[in-house]
Amino acid sequence: MDGAPRRIAEVFVELADTLVDDFDVVDFLQVLTERSVELLHADAAGLMLADQRGGLRLMTSTTPRARSLEIFEVQSLEGPCLDCFATGVPVVNVDLATAGGRWPRFAAAAAEHGYGAAHALPLRLRKEVIGAINLFSDAAVRLDDEDLAVGQSMADIATIGLLQERSLREKSALSEQLQTALSSRVLVEQAKGVLAERAGVGVDEAFTRLRTRARRRGEALSDVAAAVVRGELDVEDLSDH
Amino acid sequence: MAPSRTREILTLISDPDADPGALAQRLVELCTASLPVTGAGLVVMTDAGPAGTVAVSDGAARTLEDLQFTLGEGPCVASSSSGRPVLVADLAAAGPARWPAFTEGALAAGVRAVFALPLRVGGIRLGVLDLYRAEVGLLGPLELAEALAFADAATTVLLHLQSRAPEGGDPLAPSTVPVLDDRAEVHQATGMVSVQADVPLATALLLLRARAFATGRPVADLARDVLAGAVRFDGGA
Repeated sequence: MDGAPRRIAEVFVELADTLVDDFDVVDFLQVLTERSVELLHADAAGLMLADQRGGLRLMTSTTPRARSLEIFEVQSLEGPCLDCFATGVPVVNVDLATAGGRWPRFAAAAAEHGYGAAHALPLRLRKEVIGAINLFSDAAVRLDDEDLAVGQSMADIATIGLLQERSLREKSALSEQLQTALSSRVLVEQAKGVLAERAGVGVDEAFTRLRTRARRRGEALSDVAAAVVRGELDVEDLSDH
Repeated sequence: MAPSRTREILTLISDPDADPGALAQRLVELCTASLPVTGAGLVVMTDAGPAGTVAVSDGAARTLEDLQFTLGEGPCVASSSSGRPVLVADLAAAGPARWPAFTEGALAAGVRAVFALPLRVGGIRLGVLDLYRAEVGLLGPLELAEALAFADAATTVLLHLQSRAPEGGDPLAPSTVPVLDDRAEVHQATGMVSVQADVPLATALLLLRARAFATGRPVADLARDVLAGAVRFDGGA
């Protein structure tokens, strides 16, 4: 497609912009996951981070259906994302209809969720794997080499974003940043609940309102979330789109 | 896996006959024994700074906490206000520029490396687990995983100590403190319950956990009912 390289360039510029101004790790990873879906023509995507306790935690997902499958994957301890995380190698073009031998529980759950294909790309920092991006398609479509290169670039940008403002040489900085990212995610979830109850809307709509507010004012999403849980922002402040 | 190690730690330090306050003391002692650290301290933090030391493993750990309480600076204070872990592998090298007064006192007490782990559940600020050692050097990945499992256990213990028995009785007995469920639904439901019951997030989380415990359900199940509006925590519920 003629428009594709231009769109890829636009997305990279957008993400680079996010990295400089009032950087917020939760919002950054959410945007990155949404753009990955678009650029790779997938139906959903999610991003998981190492919890540094031996496991993975879900940071973002683009749809409730994908979130449900990813939580299943983390809990059942099998699936492409976990293999990708364990080995640091991409696990791509997985035809879920024939994946029952490798991941019996995951393949069954993926079929229940209506997905035909899955891909997982590692977030790598030198020899360390700090997470993975998951992509899901309803149909059993394959990604070509160019798509995979774009996907891996998105994973690399996610890694850079996680480590920005910190020296990559410091081992302690990586640990500090990963833990902070996971904690920010929890704060945003709590704020979604507070806003959903106050405004009488669903949690997904509440998330949209939090993000819209952050965008419009150039504020970090986690600062908006903190203000909401402290009761410093009214529903009215967050109602108009 | 981490949740199972956290559960194991909570089981190891639990004693149905002991005062709940003893949980914290046993936690810092077990933490010191299980990790290549010299000592550990557990402090309660508020937005205003250190609010009290809950438990320390030894005299140097006590000194560390006292210094930070008195001076209002140090890794633990920094960790609590920023919400980030503060991992200082060589205090003599990195400390003087950041915390001059604290570093001088800590080095005099024999402290060479400090690891401050914030104990938070999103917007719920509970405290900090401070680990120190008498030699320089960072924790390795497996040691960090173990330290984080202790931090998760300490988070649960502090939550438990801070707000007891919200619905009458003491459903969260020290012997049965359940590990925090980290699912998104639980955190979202915590936010909803805090509005419904008009209580702080920490109390809302405890209400959820207590109700789940009392009704014998997983917290995540109850959280989904709260999200769906099937269970409410206001006056009419």
